[in-house]
Amino acid sequence: MAPMVGTEPAGGSSKNVCMTYFVATSILSATLKREIRRTTGLSDRKLMIEKRRLRPMTSMTVSISVCVFAISLLFAGVTWSDPVSADSSKLDSFATQFVLIGRGTPRPVTGVTLADVPNDDGTAVAISWTLSPDDVKGGLVRRYKIFRALMTDGQQGTFEDVGDVTAGQSVFRDGQCLVGELYSYKVRAVHDSIDGGEEIFQAYSESDAAGPVSPSAQWFDWRRINVTFGVLILCLLIVYYIRQAQSGKPLFIRKIAGLEAVDDAVGRATEMGRKIFYIPGSQDMDNVQTIAGVTILGRVAELAATYDAKLDVPVSRSLVMVTAREVVREAYSKAGRPDAFHDDQVHYLTDDQFGYAAAVDGMIVREKPATIFLLGIFYAESLVLAETGNSVGAIQIAGTGEPSQLPFFVAACDYTLIGEELFAASAYLSREPRQLGSLKGQDIGKGLIIALILIGIILETFHLWEFHRLFTVIE
Amino acid sequence: MRREIPLLITGLAGIVFIVQYFIPHFPFNRFSNWFSDWFSIVAACAIWLGALNLFKLSLEKIYARREGWGYALITIVCFLLMAVIGFSEGRGYSKVGTNFDWMYNYVYSPLSSTMFAILAFFVASASYRAFRARNFEATLLLLAAFLVMLGRVPIGDVLTGFLPPGMRLSHVATWIMQFPNTAGQRAILIGISLGIVSSSLRLILGIERSYLGGD
Repeated sequence: MAPMVGTEPAGGSSKNVCMTYFVATSILSATLKREIRRTTGLSDRKLMIEKRRLRPMTSMTVSISVCVFAISLLFAGVTWSDPVSADSSKLDSFATQFVLIGRGTPRPVTGVTLADVPNDDGTAVAISWTLSPDDVKGGLVRRYKIFRALMTDGQQGTFEDVGDVTAGQSVFRDGQCLVGELYSYKVRAVHDSIDGGEEIFQAYSESDAAGPVSPSAQWFDWRRINVTFGVLILCLLIVYYIRQAQSGKPLFIRKIAGLEAVDDAVGRATEMGRKIFYIPGSQDMDNVQTIAGVTILGRVAELAATYDAKLDVPVSRSLVMVTAREVVREAYSKAGRPDAFHDDQVHYLTDDQFGYAAAVDGMIVREKPATIFLLGIFYAESLVLAETGNSVGAIQIAGTGEPSQLPFFVAACDYTLIGEELFAASAYLSREPRQLGSLKGQDIGKGLIIALILIGIILETFHLWEFHRLFTVIE
Repeated sequence: MRREIPLLITGLAGIVFIVQYFIPHFPFNRFSNWFSDWFSIVAACAIWLGALNLFKLSLEKIYARREGWGYALITIVCFLLMAVIGFSEGRGYSKVGTNFDWMYNYVYSPLSSTMFAILAFFVASASYRAFRARNFEATLLLLAAFLVMLGRVPIGDVLTGFLPPGMRLSHVATWIMQFPNTAGQRAILIGISLGIVSSSLRLILGIERSYLGGD
């Protein structure tokens, strides 16, 4: 099937204009020259000398040329308003028609190939093609439009626009397919003119229909094989050290100053007869940092119950309130003080970030707690809370996995759990062998990563670039 | 059973989430969205628990005339005002020009911005404390901060204009941010990632149970 071409007359008419103008002026000037030579009997050289006498005739030649040119343009305007893909309503002015002179239809793309995108859920097809010969700098192609048709019962359906790419690109990924269906594709090389954001002209040529292709889903994403190995090794290390800990083998875990201070901080609140504020971050239970914050809350609540300190847990999410309430209730029971617990110890304030910060700040200023725990995920409210706590003289233990908030906590709090220490806190405080084993496994994993980084640095220093590609992670 | 069923749900959900990262095939490719939708539904229902709790505590405070009961009164009045206006405007409550929109733009937004603006003053006071040269680390921090801050403003380069371009303060500031700072940030990020893996594994395997209210 021959490639389909749109607005072919547009390209033809521009040629017509030039040709008409050129032929007409050539014939006219040759005729005039011959006539002058015949009537005057002068040679070409002498004619040059007789310039002054011939000036009226030269002026006439120029005038006639301009007239021919203008008439050609008008004819071209009529021709342009006709094509299928040109919007004739927008070609009503002479100026617009003038702009279009010399613009034509690009030649079509060739070699359209279709392929099922690998390692996906079967919803994508990759279309590639050889660029149109007119896709060069300053050439006719502005963009490529991709059309797709669904094949049903061996019949090709209507081609529908599924997207476009700018000139110079020869690949398109159609991610809106259905698994198992058959699709055909066409690529259209488009030349269009935009005026004030409005398309005033479009000429195009289409490739032959390619296909059919049927996208399929895969059962494993092989691009993630490195992550699979990484996760497996890390999990095996953790499980191995959990087993070691269970068998009674003593494990060395480094001291974490912030967690060592928890006992003192709770004790201080008891001695001063003031409250402990525990703030488990400003996000919901679907965040692992909030879960870490809530798990540490259990240990703190147990200590508070043991020391008979007053614990107040203002939260910013309803689900966190429900979970934290259960955790605190169980902790009080475990400490043998179920009577000391009441539901309102864990209370909801608001979901709004700064509304929550304002409410907690107000409580801190009014109630002047002796100890404040800020453990969980925090954003801009971190410093607002920590500085207010600092201003009332509370001892503050903070921790988050947000690197951007850590400097604020370091500056405003007495102890800060930096990143991983937040996740280690629950295991550290529980002193339960299995949990400590997981910490050990995590530390060995960290050692392994440090070793790999060092190897990478050495190899890259010696211009061996391939090593880092092993660690490329596909999002 | 009260403990086992939540543990089973946690373990299964955790495994499914890990597996769906590696398997693009249906139904694994949909799990993430399904769980996310379900979480949104549960959280939306749970908002009433929070709202009722806030309402109850505030009313108790007002009734008992406890310290700060005035704030509780303001909370309830604002809560009811926004709720009544929002519900009275029906589905189009958030459209431009509605009373709810007015309250949002001229009451809520300025209040929120005010809280955010306070941050600037807190940054100043926290920096003042952090940058006191009490020990070696604090002195290093002070020096780095001084160089970066000066390097980020035109006067930094004016003061060091006599030096070769590579040694001017703007370059020093860029170098500090690009190398020591990035290295430190990445070290923290690697630690956090490992911590998340370890923490998640403890939850999936049921070793960490304190989030269920006990060991």
